[in-house]
Amino acid sequence: MRVPLSSIDSLAYAVPELVVCGGAIGLFLLAAAARRPRSWHGWLFPLVSGGAILASLGWLVWFGLESASRPLFSADGQGLVIFSGLVACDPLAVAFRALCLLAAGAGVLLSVGSPSLPKTQRAEYHGLLLVLCAGMCLLASASHLLMIYVALETVSLCSYLLVGWDRSRSRSTEAGLKYVLYGGVASGVMLFGMSLIYGLFGSLDLQGLHQAIAGSDALATAPGRWAALLGFAFVLAGLGYKVAAVPFHMWCPDAYEGAPTPFTALLSVGPKAAGFAVLMRFFWGIFLDGPGVGAATLDADIPWPLLLGVISALTMTLGNLVAIVQDNLKRLLAYSSIAHAGYVLMGVVAGGQDGFESVALYMTVYLFMNIGAFAVVSAVDRSAGSEDIRQYSGLGSRSPWLALLLAIFLFSLTGLPPTAGFIGKLYLFAALIARGGTWYLVLALVGIVNSVISLFYYARVLKAMYLEQPALTEPVKAANAAGVLAFLMAVPTLVFGLFWQPLGVLASWSSRLLH
Amino acid sequence: MEFQTTSWLLTCLIFAPMAAMVLIGLLAALGPLLKLPRPAVDHGSRVLALLGAAVTLVLTAIVWLGFDSSMPRLAEMQGYPHLQFVQHAVWIQAFNIEYFVGVDGLSITMVMLTALISFIAVLASLPWGIPKDDHKHFSRRGVPGYMALIMLLESAMLGVFCSMDFFLFYVFWELMLLPMYFLIGIWGGPRREYAAIKFFLYTLAGSVLMLLAMIGLYYASDETRLIDGSYAAHTFDMVKLAVENDFSSMALVSPKLVWLGLFIAFAIKIPMFPFHTWLPDAHVEAPTPISVILAGILLKMGTYGILRVNYTILPDETIWARYGIAVFGVINIVYAAFVCMAQRDLKKLIAYSSVSHMGFVLLGMAALTDPGINGAVYQMWNHGIISPALFLIAGVIYDRAHHRRIDGFGGLARTVPEYTGLVGLAFMASLGLPGLNGFISEALCFIGAFSVFTVLTIVAASGVIITAAYYLWTMQRMFLGPLNEQYKDLTDVNWRERLTLYPLMALMIVLGFYPMPILDLMKDSLHELVAPLARAAGM
Repeated sequence: MRVPLSSIDSLAYAVPELVVCGGAIGLFLLAAAARRPRSWHGWLFPLVSGGAILASLGWLVWFGLESASRPLFSADGQGLVIFSGLVACDPLAVAFRALCLLAAGAGVLLSVGSPSLPKTQRAEYHGLLLVLCAGMCLLASASHLLMIYVALETVSLCSYLLVGWDRSRSRSTEAGLKYVLYGGVASGVMLFGMSLIYGLFGSLDLQGLHQAIAGSDALATAPGRWAALLGFAFVLAGLGYKVAAVPFHMWCPDAYEGAPTPFTALLSVGPKAAGFAVLMRFFWGIFLDGPGVGAATLDADIPWPLLLGVISALTMTLGNLVAIVQDNLKRLLAYSSIAHAGYVLMGVVAGGQDGFESVALYMTVYLFMNIGAFAVVSAVDRSAGSEDIRQYSGLGSRSPWLALLLAIFLFSLTGLPPTAGFIGKLYLFAALIARGGTWYLVLALVGIVNSVISLFYYARVLKAMYLEQPALTEPVKAANAAGVLAFLMAVPTLVFGLFWQPLGVLASWSSRLLH
Repeated sequence: MEFQTTSWLLTCLIFAPMAAMVLIGLLAALGPLLKLPRPAVDHGSRVLALLGAAVTLVLTAIVWLGFDSSMPRLAEMQGYPHLQFVQHAVWIQAFNIEYFVGVDGLSITMVMLTALISFIAVLASLPWGIPKDDHKHFSRRGVPGYMALIMLLESAMLGVFCSMDFFLFYVFWELMLLPMYFLIGIWGGPRREYAAIKFFLYTLAGSVLMLLAMIGLYYASDETRLIDGSYAAHTFDMVKLAVENDFSSMALVSPKLVWLGLFIAFAIKIPMFPFHTWLPDAHVEAPTPISVILAGILLKMGTYGILRVNYTILPDETIWARYGIAVFGVINIVYAAFVCMAQRDLKKLIAYSSVSHMGFVLLGMAALTDPGINGAVYQMWNHGIISPALFLIAGVIYDRAHHRRIDGFGGLARTVPEYTGLVGLAFMASLGLPGLNGFISEALCFIGAFSVFTVLTIVAASGVIITAAYYLWTMQRMFLGPLNEQYKDLTDVNWRERLTLYPLMALMIVLGFYPMPILDLMKDSLHELVAPLARAAGM
């Protein structure tokens, strides 16, 4: 059992959270001062929020490098527990916090000059975005059920508001409301699950739970086993809602479609990454054997890899099948992101060092390709005012560069070499197959069939862009923040597809987590 | 045994077309900036593509001249694929992936075929001789994109045949899909969108199966060292997978499943019945030069993959499955020949005849005998010469008449005698007339297979008769009989068509009389490939 640092000592390890919270407070104060919209608001607020995010990212990079060169965390270099045991500070937390912040940074960049955001209350928008960042960072590193709940609620509350930000569009408000309803139910269920777990095992701390379960006689009886199963399943429901896994995905298409596109880009990656981090930490922390604990685990009583595996298979299949019939690009990408959550869950199911490595790698790659795709959608949206697939017909001849970028992202999402998406899939499948056994193989086969299905709807967009005669002739103006972001995302998508040695090393470092 | 880098030649060879692609891309991007007129950019990209294909052809000739086909007879090399022109370096250490290219007798034959057919396909993509007012002709639409994609395709194909690292092989294999999808989908015929997505989905389904099988093999492989001496827990090196690993008792997955996964992936590409339905659509809708590449080179990748991967890495499972391969080969031969009889579209007939002729390859290689395997690979080469000629021939008539209905012509021999002669020669080569190259490979396949699968070989031989029937019937309907007055002013082949057709015709005749240049090149390598299997099968 590690001795947690006290709250004051912990502050030195929570710089990103402090910075983004400071930025948020600053922005809210600015909002009070600048009531009426001015032209300089358009760049000042993004500058503040972007600056805070960049500073946090910089600190994380420095901290990661420092801790990689000498075991800064603890003697074994695995990490330490801060804030009296509420938060873990380990490579996984560092990596996933960086992912969340990168996604948020992309969201800020996309919001510059975006017509889908109202001109008023810009400061509040960016302030909430920073609070969301703090929530995601905490969620990615939470190691205590209460902290998981609080962080999850922070992320959710900010997301509800930001999804429904554009009050002039009824779709946006509707999406916000739907999101609140689903989110409220999911977090309530999760809280109930946590209370069951606490009642059975008497601990809220993940490490403590691990030991409590090993020495507990609550599982000896059938009602105890059922209660435990229910408890963990309910917690899984809450976390599944965060990563938009079937059957907790219903909010996702509406929220993605209704939200302002810059925020959709963030929403499709940031909270999802944080959700996967906490999912891995939760199951790894509680079920798998850590040092100094006996062999008794819940594995025998609750078949959680099976449970997660079934969810994974359902998630990718449903996401891919429903995506086929979508005509709105944002909705299509929403279902595709559900499918990708299913793929990533395969890595969680595989578990272990290489399983988590594959999750970390896939989420990184997913960040580049998905945000890139949303950036192109945002660019077209700015010019055409719609996300309908018809707007994309003949894009290949109207705006060849933008179309090329979108094609790269779509190929990467399909998982074709030489793009980074292929590497991500390779790692996921490799982690599953390395486990051996029929069950893992079947899941891998489901994943494969899904990759083929996904080609079908990604190719619909390709077909519209390249194979169809343009219905419209005017080019899409891409020389704006969205175009720049799409380009910035395309570079790693291609480079890591051809040479991913650095990414592999990084993923293998970040897959170490505290247990 | 480690293969150290001996030459940069293959790397130059593989990436020469890709360099041309980059130059074409630069030209297309800079053209509007420099205010170049569109025809200038179009012509520039055509010249660059021709140059890229020509340089590749020259480099291939150098490799061919420098290739020592007697190497495996040296005692210390026994049991290894005798790779030459090797380049070997670590690519991605995190996954023990290497950049490892080299050629043996099997690959060099395919590399030569690829370089030759690609060059002919680029030639066939020129608008030379197409009426000036035909702006919709594929050779006049989006020329830089077309040429760039064809160059990318050539690089990927060469890469597949040269890769000796399984991962590298897979990357090149998949890289081929993208240009092919766009080439069929953008420049193809009326049903191009359907054909393109069908091709894409079929081949992707196959290649993801291959991905799983590849990962399975990787995790079952023993620890080894990479070329730079660093430790590797597993390996993708196909030579090491074949020579140093025994997969007959794989713990993770049943080796038979892995074998099947790989086989289905390759069988889709061949295409083997029942995975062949993408082929008629893709071949018919693709523009002529792309059909040429599809039939001439892409189909060979399926059988090449089976020989390179299934035969060497999983020999026991290959022996287990050889009856199955032979049966499916015979189904391919006979079934597709009957389907050909029913075709009304000339291009569709040629497409199905490809399915039929690839069946000979399957039958020959399933026999595990020296004549069988030599016949199979020689059939791959010959089909790679004959079917491009047939597709070019179909293109000639389509460019003039704008349709390909076999019944829509008649008596053409009177108006286009030169064309008729060329068609006759190609048809005869394809149906296996003695004296032309197709006869030798089909005969070798039969000789090799007869002692092993007597009944199957007899059934397969009936395919030859049906083949003769559909070709001769087509000949009769199109070129003999009363002249269709509609086509009395048809022009004969022009110089672009002569340039593409005559070299292929010459090869059909020369290699029909004297096949040794190709057979000598590969026979020792193929013996090394098949001898261990034959021994293990107790033959």
